[in-house]
Amino acid sequence: MRRFALIALPYTWLLALFLVPFLIVFKISLSDIALAIPPYTPTIKDGFSALIRGLDFENFIFLTTDDLYYKAYISSLQIALISTSLTLLVGYPMAYGMARAPAEWRATLMMLVILPFWTSFLIRVYAWIGILSNEGFLNQFLLWTGLISTPLTILNTNTAVYIGIVYTYLPFMILPIYAALDRLDDSLIEAAEDLGCSRLSAFWLVTVPLSKNGIIAGCFLVFIPALGEFVIPSLLGGSGTLMIGKVLFEEFFNNRDWPVASAVAVILLLILIVPIVLFQRNQQKQAEADT
Amino acid sequence: MAKPKPDTWDNQFAPWDNPNEKPLIRFKDVTKRFGDFVAIDSLSQDIYEKEFFALLGPSGCGKTTMMRMLAGFENVSSGSIELAGQDIANVPPNKRAVNMMFQSYALFPHLSVYENIAFGLRRDKFPKDKLDARVAEMLKLTRLEKFGRRKPHQISGGQRQRVALARSLAKGPKLLLLDEPLGALDKKLRQETQFELMDIQETTGTTFVIVTHDQEEAMTVASRVAVMDEGRIIQVATPGGIYEAPNSVYVADFIGDVNIIKGTAKPAGPDQYFVDWGVNQAPILATSDRPFTDGQECHLAIRPEKISITKAKPDEAENAVQGKVLDIAYLGNLSTYHVELPGGQIIKAQTANTRRLSRRDITWEDPVWIRWNATAGVLLER
Ligand SMILES: Nc1ncnc2c1ncn2[C@@H]1O[C@H](COP(=O)(O)OP(=O)(O)OP(=O)(O)O)[C@@H](O)[C@H]1O
Ligand SMILES: [Mg+2]
Repeated sequence: MRRFALIALPYTWLLALFLVPFLIVFKISLSDIALAIPPYTPTIKDGFSALIRGLDFENFIFLTTDDLYYKAYISSLQIALISTSLTLLVGYPMAYGMARAPAEWRATLMMLVILPFWTSFLIRVYAWIGILSNEGFLNQFLLWTGLISTPLTILNTNTAVYIGIVYTYLPFMILPIYAALDRLDDSLIEAAEDLGCSRLSAFWLVTVPLSKNGIIAGCFLVFIPALGEFVIPSLLGGSGTLMIGKVLFEEFFNNRDWPVASAVAVILLLILIVPIVLFQRNQQKQAEADT
Repeated sequence: MAKPKPDTWDNQFAPWDNPNEKPLIRFKDVTKRFGDFVAIDSLSQDIYEKEFFALLGPSGCGKTTMMRMLAGFENVSSGSIELAGQDIANVPPNKRAVNMMFQSYALFPHLSVYENIAFGLRRDKFPKDKLDARVAEMLKLTRLEKFGRRKPHQISGGQRQRVALARSLAKGPKLLLLDEPLGALDKKLRQETQFELMDIQETTGTTFVIVTHDQEEAMTVASRVAVMDEGRIIQVATPGGIYEAPNSVYVADFIGDVNIIKGTAKPAGPDQYFVDWGVNQAPILATSDRPFTDGQECHLAIRPEKISITKAKPDEAENAVQGKVLDIAYLGNLSTYHVELPGGQIIKAQTANTRRLSRRDITWEDPVWIRWNATAGVLLER
């Protein structure tokens, strides 16, 4: 009985918070737009058989007719991939530095990584507008040092989106990598050097493979939310920044086309299922290796 | 104690006695500090090529630290270490012809047993066709043939230790540092591996520095044994020398079982002294190369097996004392008798059990005589 309760709890959780909302969204994606509240038809009020008969895949077919959607998915994938790589590039050395820092410093460094979470995400993204705009701090600083003579256009470009994503998701990259590096025994590096490795090759042959699980976890933790990111591209990106999160928002709030918006969301979820499943596998493998 | 290696017994191999011999390793007044703590205290020591040099000492006395300085993982705080005549202070670990077996094994968890052993060979661009044979040889040597494909976490502690040993042996280094290489093995496998190490040493001519907590092991494999305490080497000698002629009570007590009798010396002829050691006791006659002055405090160290025990009073013994059997420790082949003397001292005497247990003629509470020769013990200052 207790065992049953133990298993039932997470499953109820999953059911209530994931499966049920998904089914609702999926149902809406199969409906038609209507001038009503809620703005789609049929609803459960029409009776069960009418409800089933009223559902079709029209919205999904519509998504294939306009290449805006297809381009938005591709561009989102691209932006998510590039910003994940950039986050890894920035995050790995930081995690490495933290793991190598004297023990009494580590708690402080960890604190510094987590600290930004204490202020609103929205405010922090707004702050980047102040930094990156043509009259922003960055340009003023560069002009003052004389490195540039005309302001750089960063805000409202993809570059600003990359900066925003890297900045926002950096802790998600650092923490799992740090956890992996922290467990790494120094004597392994010494053994590698003893057996003829230079510092650099010991890093590639021992440190990197042994932090692989941390790297994978960090990349997924950045990639998955970055793919559907809405706030960062709409605040920092320009008109040319095409991301599916933005498209979704416009369908939903500007066009009030809930069915199409739902269809966009369902496809986004299907795209995300692949990395999510891979991520779960990685976590499981890691858990097994630890026991 | 196993029979010492023939070459150390008859002194054929004794480069340390040859003033023309160049040492392979030379510690010159080496001090190592960790903060305020002195781990190695102005230590000087030469180790010669083809030696099997054993470091023995209590936990925390600096054995691993010495190894780590040789391998290049710790810098000396002062002094210098020379390897084959060259100061190695600025040579990084990967450029030293030294391999180390770590006390913690330090196996690469992401690599199979096979790849762990091949790791060093691959770094040296060891020819591919010979690599397989070399790794197979190492696997065979350490009886790990069946485990080549396993990961370190899939094998037992003793097997892991053997992988670490195989990995350090694979490159055939000039100098091999083994930090407690056999501690996790059962007695039988440990003895076999000891003999294999000695074989390897004889065939390859590698110099071994080995740390061990097991003095029997040190006695078996070593050409010389160094007994350490608190960052200093107290004595270096052949296994026989350490056992038979310790230079201090500390060493005598550390290696094997020993009786220490404290007293004052009184010269009694050339190289002979009487030791006054208690009221109402006849002085003990002992020989010593070390000079003692009249009335100087001294310690007589005698191994239990050099003391014999009888029920009847022995006639014409150089030293004989009467006492009472307090305890008998039966060790199978040997028995150790704890004999209490009238003054309250307890002396251990050991005899071989040539008779069956039931026919033993000395039992608890029996009055007995113990006796030993003047040459049986070693007279020490401290
Ligand atoms: N990195 C370090 N920082 C501070 N103290 C250290 C460090 N490494 C070793 N020590 C100290 O130096 C002393 C010698 O250590 P070492 O590891 O050489 O001992 P050991 O003789 O190998 O002991 P054991 O037999 O337990 O392995 C110990 O007291 C230890 O605490
Ligand atoms: Mg040690």
